[in-house]
Amino acid sequence: MFGRMIRGTLVRQWKKMLMIAFTIALGASLASAMLSVMLDVGDKVNQELKTYGANIKVIPKEASVLSDLYEVEDGNAGRYLKEDELGKIKTIFWAFNIVDYAPFVNAQSELDDGTEITVVGTWFNHHMDLPTGESLDAGVASMRSWWDLKEGSWLDEQTGESSDCAMIGAEAAEKQGLGAGDTIKVKGSSAEKELRIVGVYDAGGEEDSEIYCTLDTAQELSGLEGSIDSIEVSALTTPDDELSERAAKDPSSLTVAQKEQWYCTAYASSICYQIQEVITDSVASPVRQVADSEGAILEKTQLLMVLITILSLIGAALGICNLVTASVMERSQEIGLMKAIGAHNGSVSLLVLTEIFITAIIGGVAGFFAGFGFAQIIGHSVFGSAINMRPMVIPIVAVLVVIVTLIGCIPAIRMLLRLRPTEVLHGR
Amino acid sequence: MSLLELKNVYKIYGELHALDDVSLTVEKGEWVSIMGPSGSGKSTMMNIIGCMDKPTKGEVLLDGVDIAKESKKNLTNIRRDKIGLIFQQFHLVNYLTALENVMLAQYYHSMPDEKEALEALERVGLADRAKHLPSQLSGGEQQRVCVARALINYPEIILADEPTGNLDEKNEEIVVELFHKLHDEGTTLIVVTHDPEVAEVAQRTLVLRDGKLSKEIVNDHFTGKIRFDDQNPF
Repeated sequence: MFGRMIRGTLVRQWKKMLMIAFTIALGASLASAMLSVMLDVGDKVNQELKTYGANIKVIPKEASVLSDLYEVEDGNAGRYLKEDELGKIKTIFWAFNIVDYAPFVNAQSELDDGTEITVVGTWFNHHMDLPTGESLDAGVASMRSWWDLKEGSWLDEQTGESSDCAMIGAEAAEKQGLGAGDTIKVKGSSAEKELRIVGVYDAGGEEDSEIYCTLDTAQELSGLEGSIDSIEVSALTTPDDELSERAAKDPSSLTVAQKEQWYCTAYASSICYQIQEVITDSVASPVRQVADSEGAILEKTQLLMVLITILSLIGAALGICNLVTASVMERSQEIGLMKAIGAHNGSVSLLVLTEIFITAIIGGVAGFFAGFGFAQIIGHSVFGSAINMRPMVIPIVAVLVVIVTLIGCIPAIRMLLRLRPTEVLHGR
Repeated sequence: MSLLELKNVYKIYGELHALDDVSLTVEKGEWVSIMGPSGSGKSTMMNIIGCMDKPTKGEVLLDGVDIAKESKKNLTNIRRDKIGLIFQQFHLVNYLTALENVMLAQYYHSMPDEKEALEALERVGLADRAKHLPSQLSGGEQQRVCVARALINYPEIILADEPTGNLDEKNEEIVVELFHKLHDEGTTLIVVTHDPEVAEVAQRTLVLRDGKLSKEIVNDHFTGKIRFDDQNPF
């Protein structure tokens, strides 16, 4: 009987139920779109922000002391970081927030004509299989995306011949009359190599007078196998606050609870601290401006999405409230009759709620898929790529739909509970 | 013990005394009609006897239980178990068939039983219309469905509020005939009506005026059949 009554109402009031389903679908679609984008936006914003370069620089401890004392940027006092520790960066507490990084080694070299030139060894698109099962292609190809390729292409580390290849800055290429496809002989302090130019770049800075090659090539030229000068890290960070500033000055000044909170928040300073823990004798320091802007942009983007989600759900709740109340008013005689022939408030409320929840499920499912579609539109139009569907969006949207539907039903249920059969059946 | 007993019942809305010191008794198996002009308190009395409202003052004993003192939940249970309601506007659920409308009363009482509901429709001569929606039935047929719904749970009392108010003469006769059958089977009937012809077929007629019981007429000539003639005492 209950089923017949539910079916009867859904069929008879299909227009009203369709409106309710549509309202719920609208709220659910916006919620699922915003949540999908919000959960994926970290990666997307990271990819966008990677174009601004690294936000953390790691150098050997002694080099840092010299730099602090004499305000000298160049040179590392003959101290190096260990190449075999590079993978550890992706094992820190905030490993997920490390989106890219690249090691650097500088080999002071000489060309055939005696011109001195800096050959920088680094990763271009170095492939790493991480212990977590993930894989990462890291390097300057993504961290220096503002470089303007004048000729040729980026050096592809994933081909077999990459150690014989190099990229040359536009200024150096012009001086030497070199272009993509030419070869150049480079003599380092410990070896001499012939490199094929695969690309000419314009970085708009001092890199334009340098040559970039793979890490092992530069290490071979300078005799620094297994060593690196510095590491640049692109990490997703939370904007600094009073706690992070205190910690950056002196982590030992924090209480145990404060230190735990600081350590477990993705401040640039706590990520630096964690990098220092895994890279022997290193000092990691944030490149302040980039670190701040990354976190701030992400936080603001997410806040905006949360606000849109909340507003859309409030709108949906108000819509449901109006429609369900109108439906109960329209059915007041029927509800009064049910009460008159022995229905208790609970059973009549259950009937109305079941009808609305069946409608909500239909609207919620339709809204979820529509929202996923909206998310793809947002992904393609804002970030130029698809938004990955996170399974956790499904239960969150389901819970939100239930909450919004329940809230939307409150006035109608209150009206239903107050309704007296005499008011609608006998006119008093 | 009387089936229904009202003792000095008042129902007061602000300054208005909808019922003013009304006392009456109805015996088991009796057929009583309540008459009176609009605003005389008929519907108020009906609501109180039907456990849909409580008196402001006084006692209403239904089968020995003072319903004036019962909770809202208990009143619903008493209404469900002891009273069958028939309305002037029929109040059928328009998306349920005639059969389902009868089963609705069973559903809120105990368990729906399609066979039993069909038998109830047979008693009112509508077995062949069981699968029809209310919109596919005439006014008289709808009222007969309403009667079937009222009697499906074997109530102690059937309360009918203007049961023939929306019917033509022919259907009025059919409905009164049904009441007669129910009365013969021992059902207690209380019928509120404006219509003197319907009132006079009852054993006893109570006349309400301004909330007071102004007259009680015992119909000596009780036949249970409607008379459309000039001999009507009202």
